[in-house]
Amino acid sequence: MAALSFRHGPAWLFKIGALFAALGMAAAIGWVRQPREYRVDPPISAALEQIRLMPNTISGAPPEVYFALNQTYETGGFDLSQGKRFYTWFGCASCHGDGRGGSGPSFMDGWWLYGPSMVSIVSSIRDGRPHGMPAFKNKMTIDEIWQLSGYIKSIGAYKASVSAPSRNDDRNTRPAENRAPAATLFEEGPNPVHPDQGPSP
Amino acid sequence: MKTSRFLFPLLVLLSGCSGGVQSALNAQGHSAVALKDLIIFIVLVCTAVWLAVVLVMAWALMRRHKRQEGEAAERKMTIAVSVAIVMTVLIVGVLTFASFLTTRSLYSGTDATVTIRVRAQQWWWQFIYDNADPSIAFQTANEFHIPVGKDVRLQLEAVDVIHSFWVPSLAGKQDNIPGRENVLTLRADKPGVYRGQCAEFCGLQHSHMAFLVVAEEEADYQRWAAQQRQAAVQPVSAEAAAGRDVFMSKPCAACHTVRGTQASGTSGPDLTHVGSRSTIAAGLLETTRGSLAAWIADPQTLKPGNNMPIVPLTSDELRQISAYMEGLK
Repeated sequence: MAALSFRHGPAWLFKIGALFAALGMAAAIGWVRQPREYRVDPPISAALEQIRLMPNTISGAPPEVYFALNQTYETGGFDLSQGKRFYTWFGCASCHGDGRGGSGPSFMDGWWLYGPSMVSIVSSIRDGRPHGMPAFKNKMTIDEIWQLSGYIKSIGAYKASVSAPSRNDDRNTRPAENRAPAATLFEEGPNPVHPDQGPSP
Repeated sequence: MKTSRFLFPLLVLLSGCSGGVQSALNAQGHSAVALKDLIIFIVLVCTAVWLAVVLVMAWALMRRHKRQEGEAAERKMTIAVSVAIVMTVLIVGVLTFASFLTTRSLYSGTDATVTIRVRAQQWWWQFIYDNADPSIAFQTANEFHIPVGKDVRLQLEAVDVIHSFWVPSLAGKQDNIPGRENVLTLRADKPGVYRGQCAEFCGLQHSHMAFLVVAEEEADYQRWAAQQRQAAVQPVSAEAAAGRDVFMSKPCAACHTVRGTQASGTSGPDLTHVGSRSTIAAGLLETTRGSLAAWIADPQTLKPGNNMPIVPLTSDELRQISAYMEGLK
């Protein structure tokens, strides 16, 4: 242990050395980029279809592969950005507006008709829901649906997140996706629900 | 300017750099010729200046050194420095004036007969032939036709990030910038197929964002435009007809338009006449049934990061869709 003692130099030199080492580590960690997988292997996309909903179609178990992918559809910046792209491409805004709802329910009022789990959101998009939500299973591939679901979940997230999609080109009309939601948006209260859409808020 | 004639030996040397179909040295349009003449003029002048400087320097190094002092030497020095300053100002002035004249001539074309909206996006080109009468308007992707000898007005737009429209044989670069519209007027003086590509780094597949400009005689151009306005042809073979049904029932139709069918997606290229274009995926592959199948089966291996997903298809469905696509002439 004698070799590890720092008798041979002043203590401040050691502290500065440690500081630079820490900075170097931080730079190295920042430099290692999040790996991107553009090609979704067909077996993976087949597995992503295997969601198991509860009998009342609210929430359920995601497929094992979702955890093997490190829940990338909720935490990966690239996947969230693709989700944001699809939100425009597939016309979500025509009913849900910028996320605050319109003829469709809001994602930002703190109330999820079918619960806030990814499985529920994926199922809503893929298979549709009563009262006007169309099924997108013939319009999008399953990995696109997962990307879009991750983005929609981030719009209505209850807490701030470190991963964010790309910024808006247009003027912001609501808090950014990765921010903590503005309290006023929750105070407005949810849209009225139909009896078959679960318990009232 | 007729300077290009004297540069023939140099051009022969440089021809190693030109790919023929896409080269600023193969100038075939009004703007490209003006720019090429300008750069050749500047290179000639600068070469002459460089040679003169090197010769004078060599002479100064080699000559027998004879110390000179007094008024005569001072006067000699004054003359030499004055001549150098006057020549510098003169040459810079001439080059600036030549550059001004060239640039002014680029923007003179205002009587354009054809207007095309060029929407650049990651990573392909959308060419929209707008018209107040919607039955005459049409659009195509990654390949467009223009009449020879006519000014063509291009409205350059971008959907996502900054791109740059560049057909070296016809005109200089002009950026496509999101949220604004740039205008580029170009004219092809000789019929031919000119290759262009994005000249502003725009992401992962920037290098696979090419397009073709087909310049042809007025009659041919009108024939092409009339053909493009038609709705998609009905498939003749049973295989292609099955391919159409697969196309409509799968996610394909949500992003692509095939006019005359219910496929009306707008986020991917218009495929109404995809079989009539010579390349697919923005110049990545030649349009053949095989390359169409390869592209549809696995776009993320051929062009990683592009926005076309792998749509799960059986091998029969893949064959049928490829046959349908190839038949969309």
